[in-house]
Amino acid sequence: MSSIGTGYDLSASQFSPDGRVFQVEYAQKAVENSGTAIGIRGKDGVVFGVEKLITSKLYEAGDNKRILNIDRHIGAAVAGLNADARHLVDRARVEASSYRSSYGDAIPLKHLTERVSGYVHAHTLYSSVRPFGVSLIIGSMERDGPQMYLIEPSGVSWGYHGCAIGKAKQNAKTEIEKLKMKDMTIKDLVKEVAKIIYIVHDEVKDKSFELELSWVGDITDNKHVLVPPEVFVEAEKYAKLALEESDDSDDEDL
Amino acid sequence: MAMMTSAFPSNGPEMLGGFGMEWLNTEVSTGTTIMATEFDGGVIVGADSRTTTGTYVANRVTDKLTKVTDFIYCCRSGSAADTQAIADIVKYHIEFHRMETGEEPLVNTVANIFKQLCYDNRDQLSAGIIVAGWDKREGGQVYSIPISGMLHRMPFSIGGSGSTYLYGYVDSQYKPKQKKEDALKFVANSVSLAINRDGSSGGIIRLAAISKDGVERFTLTGDQMPKFFEDC
Repeated sequence: MSSIGTGYDLSASQFSPDGRVFQVEYAQKAVENSGTAIGIRGKDGVVFGVEKLITSKLYEAGDNKRILNIDRHIGAAVAGLNADARHLVDRARVEASSYRSSYGDAIPLKHLTERVSGYVHAHTLYSSVRPFGVSLIIGSMERDGPQMYLIEPSGVSWGYHGCAIGKAKQNAKTEIEKLKMKDMTIKDLVKEVAKIIYIVHDEVKDKSFELELSWVGDITDNKHVLVPPEVFVEAEKYAKLALEESDDSDDEDL
Repeated sequence: MAMMTSAFPSNGPEMLGGFGMEWLNTEVSTGTTIMATEFDGGVIVGADSRTTTGTYVANRVTDKLTKVTDFIYCCRSGSAADTQAIADIVKYHIEFHRMETGEEPLVNTVANIFKQLCYDNRDQLSAGIIVAGWDKREGGQVYSIPISGMLHRMPFSIGGSGSTYLYGYVDSQYKPKQKKEDALKFVANSVSLAINRDGSSGGIIRLAAISKDGVERFTLTGDQMPKFFEDC
């Protein structure tokens, strides 16, 4: 491990001879240590799910949320260093609100993504700063339908139908790919999201976790909100049931 | 300095005013008639063409209909210098916005930028502006931004000194969802009536129709202007 950067990793503003920026790669590592977060874009909205790992029983429940609001209609799910994430979300809120006051209209998600990823990218260019140890999924209901983008520590951003970040992103992506999300409503998707978070959670390595679920779409009047308690309970029940069933069938196979 | 200038400035060294030379130290202002109205599929904007310095007509063929984007125009009234400067600044902002978002700006957005400038600088400006245009989301829209920077969307709006003579007429004649030709006629009639009563409005009538297909411009010179009772 100690030979990994071989001196080319001391600054975010220096390339290694083979064209890599190690500081950015380390920031991506910080994201991969975090609990999983996923976002799925359905036909009538976007659903977010987060596996928030609880490292001590002494913590108060429901604190340090990893699903946040950027504007009334824009939600974000984060993975990585929580303090960095808060700063970035704060920046996104400033962008959204300044757009609103300048132009009298809600910021288009694509535009917000460009602004925020520009800000993230700027932190990969200077020796006096470090990159953000955060990946950010942002989603909203735009006038022409749901939209979702992922912003990575490098400052790169892509639009997605489904994406996953954090520890179990590979497993989660595999699960997401099984869904026909383009034909699904967020009412159906919220259950699948809960299920995926339960499936990819590693019970052995990380003991307990809190599930966070949120959505934005037609049925929420295009506002991004945490799902209401009854929906949450139902989704969690569905997830646990699906998990038990798969455990049972695993047993049968043995 | 006052906007709709009085003909006789009375104080200080401006005594020249008493000899009919007030244009030397009076602001160039578009003591004006401007108007915009929605119709089925877009908006019509219209204005007279008189620019005055006191009683002196500085320009008798002014174009007070100023382009902001291919689909959005503004009608300017008040100080000519102020309103031109504001329109230029809004144009700059909106061009930048178009490049950033890659989409045709909304009329609402343009009106908001006008409002922000007019309101923030309300103590130094004399500008009464009507913003009108067409966009994909809301179709034809008219926004009125009177002197101190209020913003209000309305189905039609009139402005400038000549508009005071028009309120009864437009209120009685406006109809929602008119055909373009009828709406053009409505605006031409209104501006013509205002020109006949308002000393600070005059010259020719300039009109523009804005719809999803863009802008069509018209000018009505003396003989083409609608005629009404003129004997007193």
